[in-house]
Amino acid sequence: MKRIESGNVAAALGVKLAKTQVVAAYPITPQTPLTEKLSELIEAGELEAEYITVESEHSALAVCIGAASAGARAFTATSANGLLYMSEQVHWAAGARLPLVMCVVNRGVGAPWTVWNDHQDSISQRDAGWIQIYVNDHQEIIDTVIKAFRLAETVSIPVMVCYDGYYLSHTHMPFDVPDENKVDTFLPAYSYKHTLNPESPENLNTVTMPFARPDRDGVNKPGYMDIRHNLQQELRTSIPVFEEIDTAYKAIFGRGGSPILSAYKCEGADFIVAAMGSLSNRIKDIVDELNLEGLKIGVLSVHLYRPFPQAQIIAALQDAKGVIVIEKALSYGNQGALFGDIKAALYPCIKRPFAHSYIIGLGGREIKKADLYDAIKESCTTSETFEDTSRWIGLNR
Amino acid sequence: MDDKKCIIMTSNSKSGPGDAGRTGSWRVERPVIDLKKCTPAKRQKASCYLCWLYCPDGVISKELEPQINLEYCKGCGICAQECPTSAIEMVEETRLIEEERKINEKN
Repeated sequence: MKRIESGNVAAALGVKLAKTQVVAAYPITPQTPLTEKLSELIEAGELEAEYITVESEHSALAVCIGAASAGARAFTATSANGLLYMSEQVHWAAGARLPLVMCVVNRGVGAPWTVWNDHQDSISQRDAGWIQIYVNDHQEIIDTVIKAFRLAETVSIPVMVCYDGYYLSHTHMPFDVPDENKVDTFLPAYSYKHTLNPESPENLNTVTMPFARPDRDGVNKPGYMDIRHNLQQELRTSIPVFEEIDTAYKAIFGRGGSPILSAYKCEGADFIVAAMGSLSNRIKDIVDELNLEGLKIGVLSVHLYRPFPQAQIIAALQDAKGVIVIEKALSYGNQGALFGDIKAALYPCIKRPFAHSYIIGLGGREIKKADLYDAIKESCTTSETFEDTSRWIGLNR
Repeated sequence: MDDKKCIIMTSNSKSGPGDAGRTGSWRVERPVIDLKKCTPAKRQKASCYLCWLYCPDGVISKELEPQINLEYCKGCGICAQECPTSAIEMVEETRLIEEERKINEKN
């Protein structure tokens, strides 16, 4: 069924179709109408779930951690400083291997206070051990939320579905709402390996020694470092798992096929622009124009940012002359976050493309088509004069 | 659900004595029960047991003469604090070790 709704409604409908059992959310700034829509759906009896209002984002994720530990499918959503406030629990959920799904509606972080879009909030949480997926439009939001639950539950790692605040969250776009029965087939009921059970009580994530040691029954138990190593290994495993899940989704719903990276006009391109989220769609227009002018240039949209798909990045970029990374977040004091990751991924290649970095649109600064055009064209034509730091587009206006 | 080869390693354990290791070595002060003051021991009746109830480590037995499992007792002193007849005294481990050493030397 086609609908024209906001990105937030697309996300809420995905959560509804996933038959989420517990939603916990902090309802005030920085929150979005996504959680309002969910409370409406629950109130109207369209989604049989417990909606738990909490006093903070930290508690929102803590409630989801409790719910998932007790065997319920749980969801929350946040933005910006709300995500930072729950940061301790973000790390906890990953270490505890809880298959939660959270939408992060991307916004800039304070100070100074801002409510507008960039990617600094979720990028700042990239090292927490979650899977992070960045989506480009409303259809991808609803589809990815459903796929995210299956991914999270298959590998037992929490998943963030990140979509641009305002550009996607508050704009209306047509999208197809998947059929409920088909989603039920795609996403079976939730089960968790260490579900809390009063019949068989367990301690979960208590103080864990630096060393492996025997438990009460003399069975050797892993130490902290072993558990963290396993998380890293299984994050790597989740890349092919996500591809398989996407293939299964495509077989049922007919959409998908590029869950990790999606390439536009990259076949045989000399230059490739890499970006995340709705910005990659905007760059397609520029790339179309530059192709008409005779430049061979494409866009690579990075969907899966953590775990970082190094092999796929190499395959997509190694034959290009140059890579231009345009992004809305950075590792302060260093460079663009995606830029750094892409360069590191390309390091083992014998023949490497040049790599340029641009920072754009922080805190909602207008992203002008002419600015994108000039920056990309300059990169393609004067590659050798570039410094290895990030250039900022659209300052002082 | 897909049958992937994830181990899903977490820090989980069955609760019970020893699930955090032999915590008796953490103890600085040892609880010593004076059975002349202890209610169940004095009356020879199952009664009181506030020490058993309050012990956060569950290492005190519910017997007429309550026993404290020193293998796991961390020496927090809650039992001594809660005992209504002040039958439990927290004694410095160093003093007890010293006394034990002297006894051993005599033998």
